[in-house]
Amino acid sequence: MAFAAFGHGGGGQQSSPTKSNAKVAFFLLLPGLAYLGLFFLTPLISLVITSLEAPDPTGDIGVYQYGFEVGNYWYAIQTFWPHIARSFAYAFIATIAALVISYPLAYFIGVRLRTRPLLQGLLLTLVIAPFFISFLLRTFAWRQIFSSDGVVVQFMHATGLLAQNQYIAGTDFMVIFGLTYNFIPFMTLPLFTTLERLDIRLLEASSDLYASPAITFRKVTLPITMPGIISGTLLTFIPIAGDFVNASPEFLGGPKTAMIGNVVQSSFLETQDYPTASALSVMLMTVILILVSVYVKKSGTEDLL
Amino acid sequence: MKRFSLGKWALPVYSTIAFVYLLIPIAYTFVFSFNNTFKSNISWRGFTFDNWLHVCDQQGVCEAFGSSLVIGVISTVIATAMGTAIAIAIVRYRFKLRSIVNLLLFLPMATPEVVLGAGLASQFLSMGVDKGMTTIIIAHVMFCLSFVVVTVKARVASLDPALEEAGRDLYASPAQVFWKITFPLLLPGIMAAALLSFALSFDDFIITNFNAGPATTFPKYVYTAASKGVPAEANVIGSAVFLFAILLVVTVQVRGARKAKRLAAGN
Repeated sequence: MAFAAFGHGGGGQQSSPTKSNAKVAFFLLLPGLAYLGLFFLTPLISLVITSLEAPDPTGDIGVYQYGFEVGNYWYAIQTFWPHIARSFAYAFIATIAALVISYPLAYFIGVRLRTRPLLQGLLLTLVIAPFFISFLLRTFAWRQIFSSDGVVVQFMHATGLLAQNQYIAGTDFMVIFGLTYNFIPFMTLPLFTTLERLDIRLLEASSDLYASPAITFRKVTLPITMPGIISGTLLTFIPIAGDFVNASPEFLGGPKTAMIGNVVQSSFLETQDYPTASALSVMLMTVILILVSVYVKKSGTEDLL
Repeated sequence: MKRFSLGKWALPVYSTIAFVYLLIPIAYTFVFSFNNTFKSNISWRGFTFDNWLHVCDQQGVCEAFGSSLVIGVISTVIATAMGTAIAIAIVRYRFKLRSIVNLLLFLPMATPEVVLGAGLASQFLSMGVDKGMTTIIIAHVMFCLSFVVVTVKARVASLDPALEEAGRDLYASPAQVFWKITFPLLLPGIMAAALLSFALSFDDFIITNFNAGPATTFPKYVYTAASKGVPAEANVIGSAVFLFAILLVVTVQVRGARKAKRLAAGN
């Protein structure tokens, strides 16, 4: 899938733009960019405006008027700081876990299987296979597998791996497990695209110069594949930080696993507390924008697409 | 040359375990689509084909599936048309504010889905727009667009401009050059983009949930059903879609590999 393209995939063979017919370019760009302006940028502005709104004097639920209530942000942070902290902690751990699981896999497919393109292609398909089964169905499957009266938990109770009064469903572990699982392909694909182009001769040179495999990995392989690691990390961290499906009690979460996404979801669609939902979204977006801008500074905008 | 390296066996074994891990929930969903359920689809009660043969008996599953298909097709057509135009412009033309255009296209892919969903929903709310199928489609076109651009862009970049020049030299009009030369050559890229866009739209839940109102899609159906247990019929649809997609991708790959082999052999 196109996610691979993030990993600096298409950049190499790209010819420089040839024509300078500004009129044609304008008409080609106009519909799409206008669309994004209307349904991507304006909604972001709308979020900022909503996040500053004040409750309506009539006191009706879900009715607000324009204002400049910076206090909404203070309220959101004060009330939901555990959720904010939890989201980033989960996202951090799950991203690291996804990186550790994906790297050897991507290395195997991208380097070891280089001479067998058909097998390589088929295994890549297996990596993205989870995308073909519905996101919610595959998450729900894990919940059933680790359910309290399921085989896995009963086995762990019987063998003493898990204390009798302990369960897996609804714990921090379960949510992080699900987040890691669901976003592994976003990590593996960019890693694959950089590892696929890794020049083996560099590794041979390093080993000829008496570097141990560990040193070769640390001094040669790792720095060369850093672009893939960075884009994979970004691509995994962002959706995880904003996810609410894995952490919701109907899926893998419990009473104490709610993330920012869960709060935004319930504030917006259930309690109709739009300003708080918007304030949290704006804060989440700000963090992501900071991350992206660090990335852009390092590699420029042309490599983004 | 290395004598004995642990990596020689460790990596394939590790990868096999990793693939088992990746495929477990898929296998689970598939197996439980054959469960002879009674009330809930939690414990195994015996094998049956009934769920596959009578998918639509379960209230709402097929309707939700149907509206997901309709939303997917419409959003894909719109997003693919606009995205292809942008991809051509980016690769082929010089224009000002290039980096801003790149950034504007990248940001929707980098924005968490809750933010995209809540943002659009708050805009619809302040404009007084009723949520439904139309608002879902508006949302889906928005987040599919950038992915289309990325996919088609790679294809445009690999296209030899000399072919179009040859067409012009032979007195073809710009429209003829586009429809007879550029478009057919871009078609594989456009098809890939359309498939990706459809897959993204079909599987989206978070953004849809914010902008669906009373309308239901297949993922939304599963989410709503989750608290009581997902019915086996939903597993049937999920498994069927999975099999279809995997067959499609594998066929394309095997054909591509055969073609590459033929080219390499010099035919």
